[in-house]
Amino acid sequence: MELIVFAVTAVIAIIGAVAMVASKNAVHSALFLLLNFGAIAVLYLLLRAPFLFATQLIIYAGAIIVLFLFVVMLLGAERHEDNRDRLAWQRPVALVMAGLLLAEVAYVVVALPAQAPVTTDEGFGAPEVIAEQLFTTFLLPFQVTAFIILAAIVGVVVLHMQEKRQV
Amino acid sequence: MTWLDIVILIVKCIVLTLAATTMFAYFTLFERRLLARLQNRVGPNRAGAIPLPGGQRILGGWLQPAADAVKLFFKEDVVPVMADKWVYIMAPGFAVIPALIIWVAIPLGYWPDGAGGNLLQLAEIDVAILYLLAVTSVGVYGIAIAGWASNNKYSMLGGIRATAQVISYELALGLAVLGVVMQAQSFRTDTIVDAQTTLWYIVPQFLGFVIFLVASTAEVVRAPFDLVEAEQELVGGYNTEYGSMKFALFFMSEYIKLIAMNAIAVTLFLGGWKVPGLQTLADAVTASFGANIGNAVFGLTSLGAFLLKVTVLSFVSVWVRATLPRVRYDQLMDLGWKVLLPLALINVALTAIVNVILPDNIWISGIVLFVLGLATLIGATILSRPKYTSSQVTMVKNNARS
Repeated sequence: MELIVFAVTAVIAIIGAVAMVASKNAVHSALFLLLNFGAIAVLYLLLRAPFLFATQLIIYAGAIIVLFLFVVMLLGAERHEDNRDRLAWQRPVALVMAGLLLAEVAYVVVALPAQAPVTTDEGFGAPEVIAEQLFTTFLLPFQVTAFIILAAIVGVVVLHMQEKRQV
Repeated sequence: MTWLDIVILIVKCIVLTLAATTMFAYFTLFERRLLARLQNRVGPNRAGAIPLPGGQRILGGWLQPAADAVKLFFKEDVVPVMADKWVYIMAPGFAVIPALIIWVAIPLGYWPDGAGGNLLQLAEIDVAILYLLAVTSVGVYGIAIAGWASNNKYSMLGGIRATAQVISYELALGLAVLGVVMQAQSFRTDTIVDAQTTLWYIVPQFLGFVIFLVASTAEVVRAPFDLVEAEQELVGGYNTEYGSMKFALFFMSEYIKLIAMNAIAVTLFLGGWKVPGLQTLADAVTASFGANIGNAVFGLTSLGAFLLKVTVLSFVSVWVRATLPRVRYDQLMDLGWKVLLPLALINVALTAIVNVILPDNIWISGIVLFVLGLATLIGATILSRPKYTSSQVTMVKNNARS
């Protein structure tokens, strides 16, 4: 049962990822990316991590792609797709790096000795457990991340204020 | 999980979907009749009337939703030539699916199935509140891509407005819900309902309730925040190019989302299906008729109480629509970012401080929070008063007189 769900979801995720890169239209790309993120959220659910499932949906599907769509729609970027790619050197580099990543994954799967699956109890992904870990063991990384995000917010406000002063 | 369990689950899902769509159908009738009364009209009162011997007719209008559905089914289904065909066809589905799946995590009542489960809540999940927020935030895609795919400037403007509005009010909505989560110390909807046995959360979370009501109205793009489909400026907004059942699906998703938001507000702030004396009644029935009938009475009574509370909030929604004019776009953004978001943050801080200082007595901490919340609301109202009185404002300069 779980295997069937996993197989279907994985295929959908891969189709979404490939179609996102391949499609010419920016809005179609954003929608395929949404499909991919949704499939990954379901994979989190299969891994018994409901909290990650919800945050994946709220943050990636619910906020980031909506912002992508908003910007693309507002600027009409999907119509002025420039055929002369100004960043042409990026394409071969990206292909090479993707090949390297794939080779690494293949090496890990094929060459390394198989390990027994990590077994934990069902509740290890519960929100209470995550919160406890986050606010005790991993408090410093958590606070550092919070400060980085705060700095980004302040930066946005400052940039906006400078723009206003010049006008 | 056997195949039989899966079949039972699918049947439950279909029943829930049908219930939600039926609620939508009768909510439209409720709204049309109520709006008509509020505007001193009569409203749809013909379809399905039953004639009585004395020339009287009763129950007029109860078949109106069916008549509307038949009318929409028989309309021609058109796809505009310049539309992006696949996205255009997908958009109504994107709109209606989140509106339907949001219902699985809401406890509609409590009908014990004998094995510790609840027949009136489809999914009892650990992260129910986060699930509700996630599905709400995904709901904007239908509107956004419908506006884009129609290839029409009015639709496009509607889609862009919808995106900006939903992103802005999602924050305030999430933070208002966070107050309840802190109070109940759980993301589970059933635990949150259980925690409201003695005191509904509308008392300690009064500020949160007000923020939730305003933000949820904006989140489902309903009057007075319906800039997305402002008829006077945008023809019909994002659904201008849609007809027949595709339009009906948008209409349906909007109303089902509104009812779902009211149901969430009831669950979080008005005690869910809890009603005083419910347990006593169920115990009495169980004593005289047996456990099965006792459970059934408990389930149906709690479902009735839940629906009654949802109806009260739905009445408020219609009332607000009939009373308030549409806000301006800059006012909408100001309200979301400069008023509701700071108020929601204040609410979270107040909830944390009061629950740490006065953790033991639910009544004392509840009343202290209520007073603090009310004071914050009054303070915000005083601070955000208009700077000029109406006698100091010149709306249009009158050049002709001078």
